[in-house]
Amino acid sequence: MNTDSTPLPKVPKKSVWNNPKFRSLFFQAIVLAATVAFGISIFHNTSVNLETRGIATGFDFLSTTAGFGIIQHFIPYTEESTYGATFLVGLINTIVVSALGIILATILGVIVGIARLSKNWLIAKLAAVYIEIFRNIPLLLQIFFWYFVVLRNLPSPRQSVTFVGGFFLNNRGIYSPSPVTHDGFSYIVWAVILAFVLIFFIKRWADKRQEATGQQFHTFYVSLVILVILPLLAAVATGFPLTWDKPALSGFNFKGGMVIIPEFAALLLSLVIYTASFMAETVRAGIESVAHGQTEAAYALGLRPNSTLRLVILPQALRVIIPPMTSEFLNLTKNSSLATAIAYPDLVAVFAGTTLNQTGQAIEIIAMTMAVYLSISLLISAVMNWYNASVALVER
Amino acid sequence: MTEQAAAEKGLAVSDEVMIDIRNMHKWYGQFHVLKDINITVKKGERIVVCGPSGSGKSTMIRCINRLEEHQKGQIIVQGVELTSDLKQIEAIRREVGMVFQHFNLFPHLTVLENCALAPIWVRKMPRAEAEEIGMKYLERVKIPEQAKKYPGQLSGGQQQRVAIARSLCMSPNVMLFDEPTSALDPEMIKEVLDTMIELAEEGMTMIVVTHEMGFAKTVANRVIFMDEGQIIEEEEPETFFEHPKNDRTKLFLSQILAH
Amino acid sequence: MNTKSYAIGQIPDMVPPIASVGFIGWFRKNLFSSWVNSVLTLFSLWLLYLTIPPMIDWMLVNANFSGTTKQDCTNTGACWPFVSSHIDQFFYGFYPQAERWRVDITILLLIGLMIPLFIKKFPYKGITAAVALFIYPVVAFFLLVGGSFGLPVVETSLWGGFSLTLVISVVGIVTSLPIGIVLALGRRSNMPTIRSICTVFIELWRGVPLITVLFMSSVMLPLFLPEGVNFDKLLRALIGVSLFAAAYMAEVVRGGLQAIPKGQFEGAMSLGLSYWKTMSFIILPQALKYVIPSIVSTFIGLFKDTTLVLIIGLFDFLGIVQTASTDPKWLGMAVEGYVFTALVYGVFCFAMSQYSQAIERKLDTGHKKR
Ligand SMILES: Nc1ncnc2c1ncn2[C@@H]1O[C@H](COP(=O)(O)OP(=O)(O)OP(=O)(O)O)[C@@H](O)[C@H]1O
Ligand SMILES: [Mg+2]
Repeated sequence: MNTDSTPLPKVPKKSVWNNPKFRSLFFQAIVLAATVAFGISIFHNTSVNLETRGIATGFDFLSTTAGFGIIQHFIPYTEESTYGATFLVGLINTIVVSALGIILATILGVIVGIARLSKNWLIAKLAAVYIEIFRNIPLLLQIFFWYFVVLRNLPSPRQSVTFVGGFFLNNRGIYSPSPVTHDGFSYIVWAVILAFVLIFFIKRWADKRQEATGQQFHTFYVSLVILVILPLLAAVATGFPLTWDKPALSGFNFKGGMVIIPEFAALLLSLVIYTASFMAETVRAGIESVAHGQTEAAYALGLRPNSTLRLVILPQALRVIIPPMTSEFLNLTKNSSLATAIAYPDLVAVFAGTTLNQTGQAIEIIAMTMAVYLSISLLISAVMNWYNASVALVER
Repeated sequence: MTEQAAAEKGLAVSDEVMIDIRNMHKWYGQFHVLKDINITVKKGERIVVCGPSGSGKSTMIRCINRLEEHQKGQIIVQGVELTSDLKQIEAIRREVGMVFQHFNLFPHLTVLENCALAPIWVRKMPRAEAEEIGMKYLERVKIPEQAKKYPGQLSGGQQQRVAIARSLCMSPNVMLFDEPTSALDPEMIKEVLDTMIELAEEGMTMIVVTHEMGFAKTVANRVIFMDEGQIIEEEEPETFFEHPKNDRTKLFLSQILAH
Repeated sequence: MNTKSYAIGQIPDMVPPIASVGFIGWFRKNLFSSWVNSVLTLFSLWLLYLTIPPMIDWMLVNANFSGTTKQDCTNTGACWPFVSSHIDQFFYGFYPQAERWRVDITILLLIGLMIPLFIKKFPYKGITAAVALFIYPVVAFFLLVGGSFGLPVVETSLWGGFSLTLVISVVGIVTSLPIGIVLALGRRSNMPTIRSICTVFIELWRGVPLITVLFMSSVMLPLFLPEGVNFDKLLRALIGVSLFAAAYMAEVVRGGLQAIPKGQFEGAMSLGLSYWKTMSFIILPQALKYVIPSIVSTFIGLFKDTTLVLIIGLFDFLGIVQTASTDPKWLGMAVEGYVFTALVYGVFCFAMSQYSQAIERKLDTGHKKR
């Protein structure tokens, strides 16, 4: 701002200073200038430092060969793949463990939260103890416990714990049969799709009929039956075109089948158990926030307990539950970065860890990593804000 | 309405017993809240229950639709005894409407949805028919124009009238009112009381906990006075207000009529 | 029907029927009210039977309590000598033996300053809090780091164990509070530039995991500094932790500010108070009091999150336990170490959360009275 160059002969200086508009602009200019200066000095220092260390900036490193393997990848990846592929593999691994974690933690959290409110004293107390124990112990400690104490101490592959149906548990992971499809399998897939379409229409029809005649229809059970029968029929007709490749011991390890690596299992388990303890409190608080009078009014009208829950309590409780639940989803996603402590190959471990160490491209790598988490956060928040606005209670 | 008119209303009472409470006791833990309650309510009767705060009035009428559980004695509603049998409790709740002090409307549903909810899910009516009934009763309580609004957008008196309409949609045989006007501003009390008087004129069986003595005088067939969990007096309004027998009743009346 | 008859209004209090109260009533109501509940109760009892006795067995009945080496642990249960022989290390890290009294004094001072805050009637709470916030950190710094007053310097690389955990979390919360307040005020300011800068700063830190912040402060911060200037590892971690915590604190404080009715601002402004005076004498004291429970929760979160510094190579409590369990002389003792760590963290966090809930209840009733 060029306040100095503006001549203000008539007005005494004091009154300019007391003009709130001027003060506000002046203050903002100073803060902005300081921020910019700070940014420039950091930029300058960084470029000098990088030059003296001989590190080239830019994203070229993403297309050079990584030269290290990753124990779990959902897209093709070898030691010859590029750092760009490393980034993708890490990102997918983060998303997989977070998505699964969110689903499982929500289920567990809702169960524990409802149990916390149970009329059964023992169940309520057990839920309370669960919550107090698991939310007060650092997540990293829980991860270490499951990984180093439980999973790492399982027997070696030769002494695996064997379950019926080709499941094996040992210190290399959980081995299970993997499905192998043959000709005609697509019919089964189509049957499943058909079943879903059918269920969709049955639900629509049942809702319409209920609107029109008041008759209720057991959509849930009928859907269940359809979902089992249709694919089964298709399977019989095509002669069961699905076989299982069972893992088998060969040498020191298992060959074939699928494996869930212990790092994944430990991380997922602790994320779920830890986050569920917070979610349970959220669910409890949400349900408790619905005034008791609501239940009484519903009962007084003759509604059954489960209809009351579905039609009166949950719609109100969800408004209270969803926002903190969202931040738990975000917390879980962010906490999945603790993977790096037990070398589960998530984004932070393989990219901000190994790749950074090998290439030294600290700025680019940290920025990319942070950008990924920021985008996930912003995306989830945006969806939730929209949801919140759409369900907000109308008040006078 | 004049007292004469009220007396005329008295003729509408039939001999059919709607609610029969016999030697009913209730405890909260060790605390003996209701002691040996005996009340018989015939079809078409309007009973007003009054008494000091904490005397057990709310607890007593909440026992009638089993929002509270009694531990001794019998409560028989339309010939069915209240036990812990869930089916029977539901059946009784369908026939007994209740209006609460704090309205307890469902804030996430519109006024019309509030009214139609129970007919749809309990009476298994088509939505259109349920909404038709809802509109009919909203007209009865004189607020059909608010049907699409949410409870949070209405005044207290309007909310209470919606609550009455919501109960009526289940076409109950008995209506229970627990201090329906005590959370309302004075100017709103009248609109709710007028609705209740109309209901009484149509012959609805009602049990009303209230301190509105004007309402008791004009509408009630009988007034029940409770204190410390017991029924102290049960009289026709004239006798109750003119010649109360018990000292506690006299004290209570002098206090309540004083202000 | 009634056998006895009483005068009107003279019915005495009677005892409730036996089945509804006492032991039997309680059991019926709380454990076996329906067959579903009965099944659940039996199932829980079975679960408890499966888990609790073996745990007690391992931790107490069959555990080893005395001895100094792994070989002394002859019973099948836990080998507690692992913990007892490392306890000094768990607490002080590698802080030199001769200088450990300095850590003790620092912590005793802290406890001394904290106790008055728990005493209801203590009159000088404000002054104590000010001392704890402004004077104590300086004293603690000179005590722990040394280098003046004749105290030898103790390199931060030697710091570790529970005392390091305390240092990181206390520094984190103490520095994050003022920064958080400034950020919160900035975010609610009506100057667009300030508001945007603060909002971006807050959302940036809250959107990323602490691990990436720690990585950033350990690998990127050195690049940001002019040549020749160098921060030590602990200081870099502290900067990361503080900025991270400040963003969360800012949102906590903002919550408090939002809870203050608008009339308070208007009232203060109409008295002719300036913005800063309004804020520091009227609004902030109320807002901060209102969010004490949330501040405690933030501290609990921070206290647990300090364990992450082990990933960038600092030896906090968990880090040192982890190291001790890889000691060749004590191999296979990880469980004992983890259980001990979990107990310490669990007790601390549980106590703090109970404290914050107690304050919350107190504040709640305060509101209802008005
Ligand atoms: N859930 C409960 N647990 C324990 N005691 C209760 C409970 N509900 C009510 N009470 C006690 O039972 C007594 C009767 O309460 P009730 O609500 O029936 O009184 P009331 O006559 O309706 O009073 P008011 O005019 O204030 O509404 C009171 O002493 C009250 O404290
Ligand atoms: Mg009452």
